[in-house]
Amino acid sequence: MDSIISISGLSKTYASGFAALKGVDLDIRRGEIFALLGPNGAGKTTLISVVCGLVNASAGTVRVDGHDIVRDYRAARALIGLVPQELTTDAFETVWNTVSFSRGLFGKPPDPAYLEQLLKDLSLWAKKDAKLMMLSGGMKRRVLIAKALSHEPRILFLDEPTAGVDVELRRDMWQLVRRLRDSGVTVILTTHYIEEAEEMADRIGVIAKGALILVEDKAALMKKLGGKQLTLQLAAPLAQIPPALARYGLALGKGGGTLVYRYEAETEDNAIADLLQDLAAAGIAFADLHTTQRSLEEIFVSLVSEREPAGEGAR
Amino acid sequence: MNWHAVRAIYLFEMARTKRTLLQSVLAPVITTSLYFVVFGAAIGARIPEVEGVSYGAFIVPGLIMLNLLTQSVSNASFGIFFPKFSRTIYEILSAPVSHFEIVLSYVGAAATKAVILSLIILATATFFVPLRIEHPLWMVGFLLLTAVSFSLLGFILGIWADNFEKLQLVPLLIITPLTFLGGSFYSIDMLPAAWRTLSLFNPVVYLVSGFRWSFYGTADVAVGVSLAMTLLFLAVFVGVATWMLRTGYRLKP
Repeated sequence: MDSIISISGLSKTYASGFAALKGVDLDIRRGEIFALLGPNGAGKTTLISVVCGLVNASAGTVRVDGHDIVRDYRAARALIGLVPQELTTDAFETVWNTVSFSRGLFGKPPDPAYLEQLLKDLSLWAKKDAKLMMLSGGMKRRVLIAKALSHEPRILFLDEPTAGVDVELRRDMWQLVRRLRDSGVTVILTTHYIEEAEEMADRIGVIAKGALILVEDKAALMKKLGGKQLTLQLAAPLAQIPPALARYGLALGKGGGTLVYRYEAETEDNAIADLLQDLAAAGIAFADLHTTQRSLEEIFVSLVSEREPAGEGAR
Repeated sequence: MNWHAVRAIYLFEMARTKRTLLQSVLAPVITTSLYFVVFGAAIGARIPEVEGVSYGAFIVPGLIMLNLLTQSVSNASFGIFFPKFSRTIYEILSAPVSHFEIVLSYVGAAATKAVILSLIILATATFFVPLRIEHPLWMVGFLLLTAVSFSLLGFILGIWADNFEKLQLVPLLIITPLTFLGGSFYSIDMLPAAWRTLSLFNPVVYLVSGFRWSFYGTADVAVGVSLAMTLLFLAVFVGVATWMLRTGYRLKP
């Protein structure tokens, strides 16, 4: 596997004694979109901060494209663009100046043509001479993205990119992330919005209380944990489930008007066909049917709650 | 060396100066002019010459030093404190820049501004009093060394301070009194013996004395001692700033 970021044994205990990361091992593949999912205070931002050089690790190593982030920080950091969670911008600078500043800061010679295209892609071109304090929150978020991309990084960190962002910007951002991925940029985003991970990510890591609970391909994760449910709208209500159908573990709902069947799509190949045949044989007719899939959200909640003893907060 | 980064930070800091031009340049010039009017013309006329120099001219090096110290410290401390306060410092910390490059650009910009202001005050002084500079190279040397040293001190303060009050407190309670008591407006030879001895513990005495020597060739302490002390301050501040950046003191948790 070709990893662009290798994290091993990473721990961080703050001066207050709070252990934000507890021996995290993680490899990010080159060119993927990786979503780091977890509740508030789980350690997502700390993990990003260590990789980007904002926080000193207590133990463990991080290598970015083979460069150790401490010994070889220059090469490592030059590859990374970071969009922080908070809207931190200089008030008096113009959009153009602040983006040019970022490019210089990361050691790249000026390239007005590239920056112009970047600002256009982010719908910021019309605002290029506006002072940052005059911009709305959504526009500031775009500026932070432009700053992070100003030096053409190979890795982009988005810390809670869509927290408090309107629908339009969220859609733009998702498009941008896909475009970046298509151009070979690795994207790591943290989020506690599951739909974001579900929509965007190639792989998902779930972090809770400073430990990675699982890392998996999104599709595999959905398949593995995402049970399906078939609901049949019966033509006539049933008083009880006929013994002939016992092996399906059906549940009768709403005054006997519906039958609910839970199954795993991948393990029981002909289950539905068998069930429908047996229903016909038992003389049960149905008017309608639909299937639903467990969302990532439900999977996530069940994962985190398994890990979290009752009564203990996220932090 | 990441020269693009040094240039970016340096120009950013200088742009900040430009935005606050009135406050940064006009205020010190007006204050200094007032000193000249009061001490040079009004009171100075009644004060006999000090060490063969008219009182108005005698205080010029001290006044420039006073400005140089306060400006260096306040520029540099604000320059690094503000990004810390507004949290935009995340970008500096995540950038491929070395500690040396960070110090070079922030301290360089603060020192540049302080030196420019000092030269403006020097030029203003020529309108009020007759000036002569006997050792121009030494004068420039002391100016630059002091500007860099005390910009470093400002940088250290800016990292140390975690609120605006602390940022103002040190210049107000330490730098200004030390400068006033450091012979800016008098020769320490004019003091009673006990106070003179005490004054030798005031670092600013050495800065003012050396700087005044470069103007009029007279000094409270030998010029070599002044130079040595200035270099000592520089070394100490370089040491502290390096330690702060290396350990991430109040910058990196």
